[in-house]
Amino acid sequence: MRLVLAEDNALLRAGLSTLLESHGFSILHAVDHAADLDAALADPAAEAAVLDVRMPPTFTDEGLRAAITARAARPGFPVMVLSQYVESLYARELLASGTGAVGYLLKDRVADVAEFAEGVRRVAAGGTVLDPEVVATVLARRREEPLDRLTAREREVLGLMAEGRSNAAIAQRLSVTEKAVSKHINAIFTKLDLPVDEDDHRRVRAVLAWLRV
Amino acid sequence: MTAVTLPLETTRAPGRLRLTSYAAWQLLLWIPTLVAVVFMVLGGTLAIAWLGIGLLLWVVPMMRWLAGRHRAMAAQTLGVPVPAEYRPVPEGTHLVGRVMVWALDPMTWRELAWALVSVTLGLLLSMIAVLLFVCVVTGALWWFGIEPIMRARARLDCLFLSYGRTERLEQRVADLTQSRAHVVDHSAAELRRLERDLHDGAQARLVALSMSLGMADEAFDTDPERARRLVSEARSTTTAALGDLRSVVRGIHPPVLADRGLTGGVEALALDLPLPVEVEARLEGRPPAPVESALYFGIAECLANVGKHAGAEHAWVRIRHRDGVLRAIVGDDGRGGADPATGSGMLGVMRRLAAFDGTMSVSSPAGGPTIITLEVPCGLSSPKTTPSSEPD
Repeated sequence: MRLVLAEDNALLRAGLSTLLESHGFSILHAVDHAADLDAALADPAAEAAVLDVRMPPTFTDEGLRAAITARAARPGFPVMVLSQYVESLYARELLASGTGAVGYLLKDRVADVAEFAEGVRRVAAGGTVLDPEVVATVLARRREEPLDRLTAREREVLGLMAEGRSNAAIAQRLSVTEKAVSKHINAIFTKLDLPVDEDDHRRVRAVLAWLRV
Repeated sequence: MTAVTLPLETTRAPGRLRLTSYAAWQLLLWIPTLVAVVFMVLGGTLAIAWLGIGLLLWVVPMMRWLAGRHRAMAAQTLGVPVPAEYRPVPEGTHLVGRVMVWALDPMTWRELAWALVSVTLGLLLSMIAVLLFVCVVTGALWWFGIEPIMRARARLDCLFLSYGRTERLEQRVADLTQSRAHVVDHSAAELRRLERDLHDGAQARLVALSMSLGMADEAFDTDPERARRLVSEARSTTTAALGDLRSVVRGIHPPVLADRGLTGGVEALALDLPLPVEVEARLEGRPPAPVESALYFGIAECLANVGKHAGAEHAWVRIRHRDGVLRAIVGDDGRGGADPATGSGMLGVMRRLAAFDGTMSVSSPAGGPTIITLEVPCGLSSPKTTPSSEPD
């Protein structure tokens, strides 16, 4: 899979390139400045992007803006956004930029190499991967309808879905059977009034409802 | 503190007849002023025996009203504002406390001195003005004399009833000295906190990290399994160190504030709160960075208190910039009863704002709602060009 990589720190850029390449990705463009990023993202050969939020020239949130612009131009273009810190506000903006195919992770998570690569793959496949820190913040909020209808266990499952985990992974984390997990997930779908369609999209919609996008 | 209402709505300089009417008013007010002087002196003397307190409770407001009328007339005559600058009496102060505040207010003493001059020299001036008008034969003198006489009277009143330039500057210097001392204290405390956070957090973890790696280095040949465990330990220590650094950075200058300014920063705060917060911000540009940061942390403190203490269902934040004042209002529908004097956080916010001549006022009756207003006088920079991917 051909990726666009944007990271202004040379050390991290080289590290990410090596890491992603060793996991079967190929780096199509590796850029260090927001000015080059738009051109790189416009390349039709690019299949997904891994972006740093903070980049030159202003060192604020150009990576995030570029991601949202790119997804406006190419709906569903998979983007994994990395940052030194995570904000629920940015997660919400990213999720609002289209259905699925977004990831938002702390740079720290790269340390778990295999899981990070898996995350990028899942985003490229149209899934949603949110950092556990974002998930924890949202879980701490007192919710209103319709999420109040969910049981504590169902909210836990929804949180893990937001982190981009598969049913099997959720089952393992909660020490329950996969069947129990899919039962919980179906209950969530029903309680959130999500129409029946392709399973992945419903998962994404559930996460969106949960972040109140 | 009561604002002085002008007797007239005109902004033009008053004419001769009007000036004469002021003089007539001043003559009429002479008797009440004399009464006020006598009772004030009497009340002050008897206050030692508690008896005078009751007397002062009505004579001081009376004196203030009389002074207010004269201020208004002086302001009209001279065409300059003559503000009444009283020390505010904190809400809920008991009666004796109120008298104490009055007694310590230099303006009370100035008014007493003014009253003494007003019933003598002032009376003389006003009386001349009226007499010149009433005795028709002195009409020519009245025509030419009324303005200088009334201006002299107005100046005399102003001399006592408003603070002079020197006193204003002295007060300003005192205020600034105090706020500067608070700022210095605050930043010293902040630096100590940062040092402690770094020392106990990231620094300690990095030491642990280097130890784990050192031991792993030794174990690679002899005990690869142990080396692997140590490396994985090192990795989780790194994650924790990064987490510590992140929280330190958030405490210094939250990245989202740098990225998105006050509006975005407050929206992000609202999003992380355990209750729904409605944010309405209309800003044409960005305030200076230090003001922005002070206001952000002020709002953060207020919202944190809402989350912790208010037991509120909803909260709201409104941010506006009008007439050179940046104003943020944080409200909630909780149980009220917030007292800024008891919370060190609120005190810190007040001091931080005071460094920019800003203020914080709290209205929080028992039973709610709580409304906190933060105000800082400042300008806004022209709308910041949104960070874009254009080359600079």
